[in-house]
Amino acid sequence: MRESTLWFWHIIAGAVILVFLGLHMAIMHLDDILALLGTGYANTVSAATVFARSQQTFFMVTYIVLLGAALYHGLYGCRTILFELNIGKGLQKLINWVFTLAGVGLFVYGTYVAIYLYKMKEVLP
Amino acid sequence: MTDEKNHLSNKLGIWGWLGGGRYGLERYAYTLHRLTGLGLLLYFILHIFVTGSRLGGPESWSASMAVYETGLFKIGEFLVFVAFIYHGLNGIRLGLTELGFLMGKPERPLFPYRSSVMRQRPVLIVIMVLAVILILAGGLDFFVLTSH
Repeated sequence: MRESTLWFWHIIAGAVILVFLGLHMAIMHLDDILALLGTGYANTVSAATVFARSQQTFFMVTYIVLLGAALYHGLYGCRTILFELNIGKGLQKLINWVFTLAGVGLFVYGTYVAIYLYKMKEVLP
Repeated sequence: MTDEKNHLSNKLGIWGWLGGGRYGLERYAYTLHRLTGLGLLLYFILHIFVTGSRLGGPESWSASMAVYETGLFKIGEFLVFVAFIYHGLNGIRLGLTELGFLMGKPERPLFPYRSSVMRQRPVLIVIMVLAVILILAGGLDFFVLTSH
């Protein structure tokens, strides 16, 4: 794939992360401020709240979108830094393979977790 | 198309991140952007596995959180929040610059010269002020208004 295409998707992924990770950070880490404003979740990391969120379609879908965007953006960014260090073609090829396999592997694992937990609503109260 | 042999060698490597040179403030913003990006990537990969502990059910999740909701991890989590705020806001500036929005229109180089670096600098300053406000709000939430 052309480098300009990969860079284009890096920027698009950044925009996606900004929206969804911004939402995630606000819900998880500005929860007390949001509570003062009369919105948001209480006790955001308690098992009851975490599992309730995981079983909502909106959160399941956004977790997977964020997972894909963040893995692509992060691994491509790291690859760019490494490629700037005058490394040889062989090492570049190795990095491409390792990052692609790691990215796909982590995406499959994270997606499995998100879908598995979403389906848990049939078991949990 | 540029011949690959004619590319300038990146002689300084990572050490080049430390000196702002003629770029000044933006070069340090760039260095910090890269450092926060690498930190966020490392945390994110660990986060995928930590959140994977939910597969073991609510008890497994609660056991994980009992470890991660303590002193040093809480400070680490706050640093991740700070890194995200900086990286995200600076990323908006970089994205807008990349798309040509903050560079100004091409013009004749008449004295006194105005470089495009100076044209986008007010945006950098506004974004950093916004980052400080959000980081303070986060600090308030993390360490003062702690409900969990």
